[in-house]
Amino acid sequence: MNSPLNISRRTFIKATALAVGGLVIAFSIPNAKRFLLPGISDANASEEASKLPTPNAFLRVGTDNTITVMLAHSEMGQSIWTTLPMLIAEELDADWSKIKVMHAPAAPEYIHTAYGIQITGGSSTTWSEFDRYRQAGALTRALLVNAAAKKLGVAAESIKTENGFAISGDKKISYGDLAEAAAKLETPKAVTLKEPKDWKIIGKATKRLDGPEKINGTAIFGQDVHFDGLMTAMVARSPVFGGSVKSFDASAAKKIKGVHQVVQVPTGVAVIADNYWAAKQGRDALKVEWNLGPNAGLDSKALVSEYRKMAATQGLPAAKAGDIKTAASKATKIIEAEYVLPYLAHSPMEPLNCSVRISQDSCEIWTGTQMQGTDQQAAAKILGLKPEQVKIHTLFLGGGFGRRANPAADFVSEAVQVAKAAGVPVKTVWSREDDVKGGYYRPMYLHQAKIAVDAKGLPVAWEHTAVGQSIMLGTPFEAFQIKDGVDATSVEGVADSPYIKGTPNHLVSLHTPKTGVPVLWWRSVGHSHSAFVMESLVDELAHAAGKDSLEYRRALLNDHPRHLATLNLAAEKASWGKPLPKGVFRGIAVHESFGSFVTQVAEVSVNKGEVKVHRMVCAIDCGLSVNPDSLKAQMESCISFGLGAAMQSEITFKDGMVEQSNFHDYKVMRMADMPKVEVYIVQNTEKMGGVGEPGLPPVAPAVTNAVFAATGKRIRTLPIGNQLA
Amino acid sequence: MITLNINGKDVQLDAPDDMPILWALRDVVHLTGTKFGCGMAQCGACTVHLDGQAIRSCVTPVTAAVGKKITTIEHMQNDKVGQAVQAAWSAVDVVQCGYCQSGQIMAATALLTSNKKPTDDDIDAAMSGNICRCGTYPRIRAAIHEAANKLA
Ligand code: FES
Ligand code: FES
Repeated sequence: MNSPLNISRRTFIKATALAVGGLVIAFSIPNAKRFLLPGISDANASEEASKLPTPNAFLRVGTDNTITVMLAHSEMGQSIWTTLPMLIAEELDADWSKIKVMHAPAAPEYIHTAYGIQITGGSSTTWSEFDRYRQAGALTRALLVNAAAKKLGVAAESIKTENGFAISGDKKISYGDLAEAAAKLETPKAVTLKEPKDWKIIGKATKRLDGPEKINGTAIFGQDVHFDGLMTAMVARSPVFGGSVKSFDASAAKKIKGVHQVVQVPTGVAVIADNYWAAKQGRDALKVEWNLGPNAGLDSKALVSEYRKMAATQGLPAAKAGDIKTAASKATKIIEAEYVLPYLAHSPMEPLNCSVRISQDSCEIWTGTQMQGTDQQAAAKILGLKPEQVKIHTLFLGGGFGRRANPAADFVSEAVQVAKAAGVPVKTVWSREDDVKGGYYRPMYLHQAKIAVDAKGLPVAWEHTAVGQSIMLGTPFEAFQIKDGVDATSVEGVADSPYIKGTPNHLVSLHTPKTGVPVLWWRSVGHSHSAFVMESLVDELAHAAGKDSLEYRRALLNDHPRHLATLNLAAEKASWGKPLPKGVFRGIAVHESFGSFVTQVAEVSVNKGEVKVHRMVCAIDCGLSVNPDSLKAQMESCISFGLGAAMQSEITFKDGMVEQSNFHDYKVMRMADMPKVEVYIVQNTEKMGGVGEPGLPPVAPAVTNAVFAATGKRIRTLPIGNQLA
Repeated sequence: MITLNINGKDVQLDAPDDMPILWALRDVVHLTGTKFGCGMAQCGACTVHLDGQAIRSCVTPVTAAVGKKITTIEHMQNDKVGQAVQAAWSAVDVVQCGYCQSGQIMAATALLTSNKKPTDDDIDAAMSGNICRCGTYPRIRAAIHEAANKLA
């Protein structure tokens, strides 16, 4: 960390004068592999992009002393609007009160340093940008120092920087006053990053920079975009996935005041109106006949039976060791169990929306997206433009949770189609019903396990079969995530589980049915089902062995210090083993995901079949924590999101149609359901992991393990719903 | 044309009688601090005050507001309780994505205006109509207590 980084070898950097005055620092990564949608060429590669003008920059120093940080990722609640600027401000010795933040446009400079496409996901923003943003800060500082040295006629080494000033003896020059001179200097070939012991900002709890505007109502989300001439559209979509329009009658819709046009688009029929209310009424009045297509018979109950039948045979191997048959034949006991988890909608608070303005040779898009990379390419393809002719303005996202990162670019493509068909600028908006029924769900999963244990109750053979749709199939990530027919995200948390790896004989196999339901990563992806299954199974094993849940896990995780550290910290803070108020019981679960380790301890009571979660104690090890307060906020968020899914949320199908429609039947957490939450951080200098998702996986099993402690009933199907009634 | 009093000003607007206040605010007057989340009184994102009472603007037609005062998030900085709530929100750093927060602040302000010292149960009762998908509930609870203390 203290060795000078030769930036020029790793990244292409340029410093240029801003047309409006000031200094711009831009990076690009010439060698990074880009993912491109079929039909999109790489003509706009990084060489070309390095000639792009000022907006393609990570950082600007204005002559008014403002430091504008461009975010290569999208702010959707996870607080990177604050965390990424912290990295720059640390190295730059910036005045924190002068920091301004902007979402970057869609451009090759901003492709993810590890994923090769412009995306916010995988709980990866902070670790993947940790070097790049610090380097941008350090490089800018070096340029400003050199400019100050020149101006003062002193050696650069004699100049200190502090709080937005370059200081030499009793002379002080503000960064703003140096910006223009700095822009004319040659870019340094290398910079030295600060030693961790010298950090003043990294590691300190820092208030959110987007707090004020989100408190006073001025923050602009995609939904809030408005300009003269912008119309509102709503699309009537097939009630069954894969259906298509047979015919439609727009006469009643067109009679609604404020409705201007009704146009057919590939996904359905769009009503274009002055405002939401007119568009909605117009759509309600629309009569559409649908060809329901091959999924008209889709039924959740039948689907579970179908998956169960598949699980009876071995799938494609995902992890394999030893000989399960021989080991099982010698075992003391065999434990068998089946777990089922439903489809889940992300239902971010802000329903999907996307505004599009098309002109002859360009297209402008305003939306909250997690995946500018594919959105830009998809829009270009529809319009016959080059990707760089599509400009994306990313607004604040009213939640994402994975839904706004769609490799199929569904809501952006549709909005482009609507604007194209209408011939006017249009904001296509989704109602909550559209969101709940609109697909791209966390896939339904069924897991079966047959575990043979020895006389001490420890697993000696573990046969595990998972059945569920692949998320990566057909996406740009396919080549990289699907090996020999196995989508790594379908079995993450199982195939690489320390419990299974530690069992000498094991076989994990996967069936990937091609059910006609659009699926997508939902906060924590495969871990959202695998952790529930694995941590419940281990609890079953502990119970069968007559051992305490914590002790049993400690024994199995003996060689996994980071798991153990969170397990021990959470157990200690939750007073594991100590008495609880009458009727309250504990459950514990630990899981590794996205490079981080989290233990959750739930305190639960069950009254007349109703589960009440009183307290959640969470311990996380994510390596270095850049902003401990936003880390805590993410754990609180994961707990809420995970509890909703554990207790009440599910998407089900009948006659091909989604049975839920809004928050009255797609139930999520509310204030009265929310337990007390305590978050503890394991302090260490291990490799950095993520925080946006890893808190979630162990939530559900901690709760259901506590339910087992309370009632003796093992919950093997989520949500808990009224299973205990 | 219909006349509505919004944040202390009479505003004439061209809105059909059945248009919910939410869409009159957002799409006609372009006051976008008030948010759309569900459209059926399930989530509270659209909460505004009508003569000081927290209402769901997505299901309340503009005609119901004639002769009454509509107050939105944009006006909270002029309200003593609203100010205290916003200050507490900032002190606790409540927000995440922020989309639900206008509604949360409007609901919390209405609660604290009528109940100076809400208990946790009072908070559950008053705030459970406001969904936060980001799970800021523990911080909302803490901020309401903090605002109550500051106002006491
Ligand atoms: S939008 Fe009005 S309550 Fe949800
Ligand atoms: S802060 Fe995101 S929904 Fe509440």
